Amino acid sequence: MLTFLRKRALTSLLPLLLVLLGVFVLARLTGNPASLYLPESATPAQRAAFTERNGFDDPIWRQLLDYLGGVLQFDFGTSLRTGEAASTMALRAFPATLQLAAATMIIAIVLAVVIGSWAAYRPNSIADRISSFLSMTAASVPDFWIAIMGIYLFAVVLGVLPTSGTNAGALSWILPVATLAIRPVGVLTQVVRGAMVSALSAPYVRLARSTGAGDVRVVTHQALRNAAAPALTVAGDLTVGLVNGAVVVETIFGWPGIGKLMIDSIVGRDFAVLQAAVLLTAISIFVLNVLIDLGYALLDARVREKAKA
Amino acid sequence: MTLDNPTEPVKSEAKAAEPATPEKARAAKISMWGLLWRDKVALVAAAVLVALALVAVLGPTLVGDAATDQDLAAGVTPPRLGDGWVNWLGTDPLGRSLLGRIVVATQTTFSVAVPAVIISMVIGSLIGMWAGYHRGVRETIAMRIADVIMSFPSLLLAVVVLYVFSPSAANIVLVLAITRIPIYLRTARAESAELQSRTFVDAARTFGTRPNAIIRRHVFPIVLPTLLTVATLDFCFVMLAESSLSFLGIGIQPPDVSWGLLVSQGRTYLQTAWWLSFFPGLAIVVTTVSTTILASWVRIATDPDQRWRLTVPRSSRRKLARADKAAARRRARVGAATSTVQEKR
Repeated sequence: MLTFLRKRALTSLLPLLLVLLGVFVLARLTGNPASLYLPESATPAQRAAFTERNGFDDPIWRQLLDYLGGVLQFDFGTSLRTGEAASTMALRAFPATLQLAAATMIIAIVLAVVIGSWAAYRPNSIADRISSFLSMTAASVPDFWIAIMGIYLFAVVLGVLPTSGTNAGALSWILPVATLAIRPVGVLTQVVRGAMVSALSAPYVRLARSTGAGDVRVVTHQALRNAAAPALTVAGDLTVGLVNGAVVVETIFGWPGIGKLMIDSIVGRDFAVLQAAVLLTAISIFVLNVLIDLGYALLDARVREKAKA
Repeated sequence: MTLDNPTEPVKSEAKAAEPATPEKARAAKISMWGLLWRDKVALVAAAVLVALALVAVLGPTLVGDAATDQDLAAGVTPPRLGDGWVNWLGTDPLGRSLLGRIVVATQTTFSVAVPAVIISMVIGSLIGMWAGYHRGVRETIAMRIADVIMSFPSLLLAVVVLYVFSPSAANIVLVLAITRIPIYLRTARAESAELQSRTFVDAARTFGTRPNAIIRRHVFPIVLPTLLTVATLDFCFVMLAESSLSFLGIGIQPPDVSWGLLVSQGRTYLQTAWWLSFFPGLAIVVTTVSTTILASWVRIATDPDQRWRLTVPRSSRRKLARADKAAARRRARVGAATSTVQEKR
């Protein structure tokens, strides 16, 4: 178990470093933030002082080394916009996105398992074909469009839901979560259906039926357990992709999460905050991947044996 | 995927051994066009895509000035049929025809998505086939690079890059192409790694054929159908990504228009003019759904083992599937019986 984690951490460290390096260099190519943070009337001396204070006059490799040295001591720099520690800002925004993502994935997985199993129970029946078409459509709808149409229908016309923000309690969750969940539900339903169709025609299901197990028991105890592995892989990829959706959805709904923070800090050339947010995202994706690998081991005895060997 | 692997070789051997059923023999004779004609849903999807491609190429010249002509007196007219096609989908606050603007945007949207898909497919599959054929260090390096690109949300990467290098159409194509390369690289590598251990590749190698020639003549033709299916599906993804970027304001820039940008511009007038956001988004949905339907058809049509399914109408496929399953069960029983006989000997 520990060797597995160690191996995993080592192989993930390189991509993580490369992503951070790429963001660091690219962000600095956007130009000197001085022109954005100082007024038009600032004298050259004031500009030079600002540049020097923030270390932007050093060569880029020097800035990188300074930054990495700081990271090792858990100092992620300070925000140019607010003067706060970048890590504080990233950590404050993180739970909002995490809650959004968790709520979305729980709803998506439950819906996908129910609809997918139901469709797979009678392949090519009317119910199967309707759910196949709907899940295909759901998987190919642009999320920002659904968000805007949702706002129009429920906030503008019906006036039952808030247009944006987090002030309305549970009501303010409905539109963002529904928007984010649509694509995962569509994709996952297709995967669950495919895996369940082959699982339901497998010999062990026929054996279970011959012992007199009821339909519900066969689906939940035999077929679903075996169909879970491919669904888990796709669910993991979808969760990573949720960060993409979060950038769009958080911008539209004014959700104070990590996606909005990243967009804001790119536009505001707030390098330290951008780097902290990117690092936090990359680490959470790594943790997610480890959790998924552990999930395989829980589901499949063959994987468990292989991990021990 | 990894869990399926132990059973896979067995399955393909069984496929090779089993005699061609009459359905399969018949299906082999029907051309691709014939198959498409028989599946009406896929036919409609293909027709929609051809129509959209025509609109993308010819549309802007047909529409002429209607997309840019302003008429402030006729601003924000709701969609209505009758009096000319210009007002079918309503007008924007400057009185420009929404239908005309959507037609013009079709060209922009396609001219970003199509090159991006082609570039990523060519680069990704070349590297993938090469890495999979040679295995070893070359494979490891290629896969690690793919992992790095995949390990980070593509939209965010595109946002950072486009903010640095000004959002022009060429840059958008480039960024989207780079973020999609790993998809083809992984697919091509997996297939090519499997193929390079087959006997016909071995035979070619024994006769002294050079690696590049083997990849071109023996690996590429077999991998191509899979890559094309992946590319069709990826077209949706690239189109959605371009619309998202345009929506966030770092994709296509005004005065050019793309479908995503139209949705974004319409958002400001949501209270008064819902159609401005609705119809461009609908255009995106129609395109992506048609592409997905066509992709799933291509997947079946290019698979010699499943192709016959397309020769029968959808309604009777369920019966056939049941008969097929029963036949498979029968074969399995016969197979089990013969193998026990052999063991006894």
